[in-house]
Amino acid sequence: MRIEPRKLITPGRVIIAIILGVGFFLTVRRFALGLGAATNLSDQAPWGLWIGFDVVSGVALAAGGFTMAFLAHIAGDRTLHPLVRPAILTAFLGYLLVIFGLIYDLGKPWNMPHIFYSWNHHSAMFEVAWCVILYTTVLFLEFLPMVFERFRVEKAMRIIRIVQIPIFIAGIVLSTLHQSSLGSLFLLVPGKLHPLWWTRYLPILFFFSAIAVGISMVMFESFVSSHFLKRGLELRLLSRMGQYLVAADLLYLILRVQDLTARGVWDLAFTGSTESIAFLIEMGLYLTPIVLLASARRRRQPGFLFAGALAGVLALVANRINVSLVGMMGASGASYFPSWQEFWISATLVLAAALAFGLAARYLPVFTAHEEPA
Amino acid sequence: MTTSSASGDRKGLLIDFTLCIGCEACMQGCREANDLEVPPPGAPPPEALNAENYTIVLPHEVNGETVYVRHLCMHCAEPACVSACPVAALTKRDDGAVVYDGDLCFGCRYCMIACPFHVPRYTWSKAVPVVRKCILCYHRLDEDREPACAAACPTGATRFGPRDLLLRIARERIRTQPERYTDHIYGEHEAGGTDVLMLAPAKFAALGHDAQVPHRALPELTWFVQKRIPWVIVTGSVLLGGIHWVVHRRMQLAKEGADDPATGGASGAHSGEGS
Repeated sequence: MRIEPRKLITPGRVIIAIILGVGFFLTVRRFALGLGAATNLSDQAPWGLWIGFDVVSGVALAAGGFTMAFLAHIAGDRTLHPLVRPAILTAFLGYLLVIFGLIYDLGKPWNMPHIFYSWNHHSAMFEVAWCVILYTTVLFLEFLPMVFERFRVEKAMRIIRIVQIPIFIAGIVLSTLHQSSLGSLFLLVPGKLHPLWWTRYLPILFFFSAIAVGISMVMFESFVSSHFLKRGLELRLLSRMGQYLVAADLLYLILRVQDLTARGVWDLAFTGSTESIAFLIEMGLYLTPIVLLASARRRRQPGFLFAGALAGVLALVANRINVSLVGMMGASGASYFPSWQEFWISATLVLAAALAFGLAARYLPVFTAHEEPA
Repeated sequence: MTTSSASGDRKGLLIDFTLCIGCEACMQGCREANDLEVPPPGAPPPEALNAENYTIVLPHEVNGETVYVRHLCMHCAEPACVSACPVAALTKRDDGAVVYDGDLCFGCRYCMIACPFHVPRYTWSKAVPVVRKCILCYHRLDEDREPACAAACPTGATRFGPRDLLLRIARERIRTQPERYTDHIYGEHEAGGTDVLMLAPAKFAALGHDAQVPHRALPELTWFVQKRIPWVIVTGSVLLGGIHWVVHRRMQLAKEGADDPATGGASGAHSGEGS
């Protein structure tokens, strides 16, 4: 039997190498020359793509970890167990991406350890920072069983099984705080954030939209990994997730509409301003999964499930970008659009996370169904 | 907030635009006192606050007359920036000054987002950047000297003193010369009150000052949520633990019931999808 020699250089790998290579060069440049040379940030737009997408959206896109931990391990929907490990891996890598994104964005990232001894518990950013530290640690603990199982460390497996549920609970509580605290960041700026987004309920809205996107991301990543890792699609599970997605999006939209109505700002949604258009796009994206997946018949079709999941992810990104960038623009008096370097470094980080996921999926028991201790 | 003291101890500035002649002596005094870059001769004047100008004076045409309008940190009684800083690099001193410690700062720039007056600036072009803003010359206050801008002002347009006194003077000026002033002391109520107060001959919105600044102390908006964190941790943990216990107890009973044909039907009905 003749074995085909594996090709080392493929078009895909060349593209990956170019993105990572240029990304490395831009990284050196960013730290040598400062934020001004790498970004379009200014005194009028102090936060840009790295905060709006890499950090504020990134944390939410990692929400599949705590959402699945809740559904499968706390609420006892055991059918979903095969989806928990990929979700936790995504969340863990997502949080590492957020930390790297912060290192790029912070003016003096080497001062980050100051968070350990110079406290200001009045600051929502203080809560954000601590949640990043603590929940990344928890995600590491949730990720460890995949490593232990792979290398058959029986004793460590037994210990981690005993503390598994408390760890999941800690992770869910920390996520509740972290997801909502990103909304709390913007409570301070009632005069600056456009009224279509500023509300006292921002922390609550951020939390519920995180649940919705957590479900969307788990579905989305099932499709992506089944495509790239040549795995079968667990259609029955995805259809069930589609059901959860419709429920989560509905709940979020009800809260959102209720808030907008109570504050009487609906007329601002139809003025034709940049903000109103961005708002309508966001609302449209939130409605899409509900429209696509409301019927059980369509929830059995991969095309609808994929489109619904994708819309759920895009809706969240639109919302976070709207809150942190678009909604803040009017008051700043300056327009901001990211530089190509900002886009490139963000793409580098996302690609690095995707490659790490691929490696883990290949060498660790991520997709193998594991037995749950009762 | 954490560090603010009784308003009686706090000092500040009263800036009366009707007395300002646009000589920019305050800007020069500020540069010297704070080691800021001196612009080369002939350079165009700055059009907004920047990292090398903690204060600026901008001319505005109002009814055919030029009004000179100063911009600087307002030194809020309850500063949003101080409440925002995760590592307490920004603090409010008892004497009123809102000051910054660049050695603590890790550069998240949340203070710039938080400030309702759009004041803090950043040294974007530096590899080791810092936040820049007026610090009320606190190094001079420590030596019992007034801030450099007030010391440099030749007309008394900028005056340093206890906030209570400055507020009384401002009210008195509006009361005795209502035709000279718009009836608004900028900073009396903005953002819950600031230690820099301003008087103007025309509406502040027409002079480039943000008139939309909420009349409430902003840190309270965040604290309303932040103070509930311990409650969320305790309630959340108990609730999740409780749900887990109930759900898994039911599953166990259902399993035992299924093993035991005598009670299988009854307990089986309790478990399942609904839990």
